[in-house]
Amino acid sequence: MENDNNIVSIKIGGPAGTGVKSVGLMLAKIAARSGYHICDNTEYPSLIRGGHNIMQVNFSTEVVTAPSLKSDLLIAFDQLTIDLHSDELHSGSGIVYDIDANLDLSKIGDGVSRYGIPLKKLALEAGEKNIFVNIVALSAATGLLGGNLETFKKLIEEEYGDKGEEIVNADKKAADLGYSYAVENYKDDLRDYMKVIDSFSSPISYMILSGNEAAALGAISAGMQFAAIYPMSPINNVLHVLAANQEKFGFVYKQPEDEISAINMAIGASHAGVRSMTATSGGGFCLMTEAYGLAGITEVPLVIIDGMRGGPATGLPTWSGQGDLQMVLHAHQDDFPRIVLAPGDVEETYYMVKDAFHIADKYQTTVMVLMDKNLCENDRTMAFPDLSKIEINRGKFTKEKIDDYFRYKYEDDGVSLRSIPGSGNFFIANSDEHGELGYSTEEIEERNKMMGKRMQKLITCEKEDMKDPVIYGPENADITIVSWGSNKGSIVEALKSFSNVNYVHVTWMNPLPVGFLTTILSKAKHVIDIECNYTGQLADLIREKTGINIEDKYLKVDGRVIYPEEIVEKLNTVKGVKK
Amino acid sequence: MTLEELKTPYDPNWCPGCGNFGIWTAEKNAAVKEGWDNTNTTTVAGIGCHGHIVNFIKLTSFEGLHGRAIPVASGIKFANNRLNVLVHVGDGDCFGEGGNHFIHACRRNHDLTVILHDNSLYALTAGQTSPATPKGMKTKSSPKGSTDDPVFPMALAITSGATFVARAYSGDVEQLTQLIIKANKHKGFAFIDVLQPCVTFNKICTSSFYKENTYYLDESYDPTDKQAALLKAQEFGEKKIPLGIFYKEERPTVESAFPQIAQIPLIDQEPKLDSLTDLFKKYI
Repeated sequence: MENDNNIVSIKIGGPAGTGVKSVGLMLAKIAARSGYHICDNTEYPSLIRGGHNIMQVNFSTEVVTAPSLKSDLLIAFDQLTIDLHSDELHSGSGIVYDIDANLDLSKIGDGVSRYGIPLKKLALEAGEKNIFVNIVALSAATGLLGGNLETFKKLIEEEYGDKGEEIVNADKKAADLGYSYAVENYKDDLRDYMKVIDSFSSPISYMILSGNEAAALGAISAGMQFAAIYPMSPINNVLHVLAANQEKFGFVYKQPEDEISAINMAIGASHAGVRSMTATSGGGFCLMTEAYGLAGITEVPLVIIDGMRGGPATGLPTWSGQGDLQMVLHAHQDDFPRIVLAPGDVEETYYMVKDAFHIADKYQTTVMVLMDKNLCENDRTMAFPDLSKIEINRGKFTKEKIDDYFRYKYEDDGVSLRSIPGSGNFFIANSDEHGELGYSTEEIEERNKMMGKRMQKLITCEKEDMKDPVIYGPENADITIVSWGSNKGSIVEALKSFSNVNYVHVTWMNPLPVGFLTTILSKAKHVIDIECNYTGQLADLIREKTGINIEDKYLKVDGRVIYPEEIVEKLNTVKGVKK
Repeated sequence: MTLEELKTPYDPNWCPGCGNFGIWTAEKNAAVKEGWDNTNTTTVAGIGCHGHIVNFIKLTSFEGLHGRAIPVASGIKFANNRLNVLVHVGDGDCFGEGGNHFIHACRRNHDLTVILHDNSLYALTAGQTSPATPKGMKTKSSPKGSTDDPVFPMALAITSGATFVARAYSGDVEQLTQLIIKANKHKGFAFIDVLQPCVTFNKICTSSFYKENTYYLDESYDPTDKQAALLKAQEFGEKKIPLGIFYKEERPTVESAFPQIAQIPLIDQEPKLDSLTDLFKKYI
């Protein structure tokens, strides 16, 4: 039942509201605690209850970076799941379903093991209410996969402990019943794919994090002290993590009346001296656009997270997209120094969001962190970071009274000493063009100098902080893929099938590493641009800045993950590709 | 700071006779009387003629965007609740684009002093109707007279939850000074609607109009009676424009709902990262 690449893929499907996501995450945790790397993918419609939800959990002894089109075990809570996903099963895979539910299994292929389990019956045996079906199914799957029942029961205690002893005991009983039934009735067809790895010495060294959680933890780790975020899919979990942890970590999270208020509040708090942030999706950022440049001209440090989904307008609220790149590069009238970063996985998100606060402080401007829904909401294992090395550097910043203070003093690097209201230092943070103290001005020389000072910050940033893209695969290759964001995982997985293909993972969008991109893209015999938007917005950016026109584009706008298999199929059509 | 120390190198560029001079003078007087300076006070302004005030008074300030002064001020207060935060807004600025922010800031009872420069029209863009323009008044954008009923700033503030609601006339600098001081001392969202003439564009709401038609609420008026305040707030017309404190209520501010800033302002705290490891372990 394993794929060629040593990755096991489990898919759970059912109606929204049946706990697909919560048991999927538990499955991921059992695997992670048994020594496996995991990567999951969640798909759901824009509904709270009803509609079809799935979660796929892939795990492997190697780092696993992408979901897959094929599944090795399908846990089906309803007929729709069987109908929609039976073609993802293959000879040697299996399906877990309720044996008493009269389901039509005619679409299930011959080589697929049929693990019928009396899910509802066992659930009712465990507790009065019919709420333990998913626990029975997951424990049965755990038994079938050789997973550790005790790890599962410990997770039940952790996850449901606050619901009271009665619930926890019923959940545990459900787990026992499902596990035993599966192991006893299918003892000739058990797998060992989730057995505890013997050499796995440190069972607590990997966390399971979504991009949203990584972003929130990155912000907290950076000493962020104020966040104003208006709810919007897919970044809601950023604010959930922040709201729940604010008192303990001594920062303030405030839900404002709209996104306009969110960004203006964050600007106010940052102007007053604390590290501040906001987060939204593309539609919310449209409202923030007005204040994007306000932070630019007042030189207020600000971290903004944009979790992209398909658009325009309401678009595909619960599906992914990468169509905001050109918007965040150009939104707002006229020029100001905007730094735009785009992490490609959970770990990059954590470190990049943390760095974003340092960069925002250093250059006293906006740092946009562009994420996509698949990155925001899908989980990955991430090595526990070294939390002893946290340094907070506020850049050119003082709370002390300074003689002859000029807030916007002309400096060669473009960055002046920042101070705050209440420090005794007088200045005006002025949305009007201004001179060195902040007084409004329309004088030609002052305008030219101040505009130049602000824009100089990007040149300094390019020299001191901008990072070149990382190349995955061989340093020199005939075929080079260029992409960004969460596509990274599937591309890296697809590269394993080829010997002469590499991947340039772009994370700095502005400033853009023009020299590096020009060199690497000129070397390749064939370049492919892979993106989840209609026009190839990164390819356009690269052409604008380097003059290199990438003609071969693989673009996807359906909101779904780009699967490794799809990239392999695409590469197989390219002349000169080698296995 | 003395009046001399509050001076900046720039003289106000408002039209001679503009009501903003009165507000400017009253704020400076209040600052001198109360010892407001750059260690304890900051100002925020929106965009319109009123917003220029930041250039003419030497208090550290933030001049934001049209309609957005209140959320910027709210953020400042969250970051540093030790500061007096004085917010200047215009009637177009605050009730046009800023209407949503105004309602919610009242509701949350942010501890801010919001001074409305109310000249009943857009002046910086040269004389169009604002949400506060009286119905029927002719402006450049309503040559046959404004078709819309105006907002009632006082009633809107009271019903939205502001806890200090007052009205002043920019020509009575002494009374306005006292009101600004009282508003600032009030713990919560304090709103002063300052009626001011626009000598250039508003030919109806002139200085003489206000002098003839305003009166001060007397001592028999009870500003804690919300129903009475609401009726008073809708009183407007010939000889019938009340001035003074309409409504006052003690209610916890939104800032006081955050224990993390109850003792020390955020700006004076180091980020608390001691329990970071525990938080991260929850994700294992």
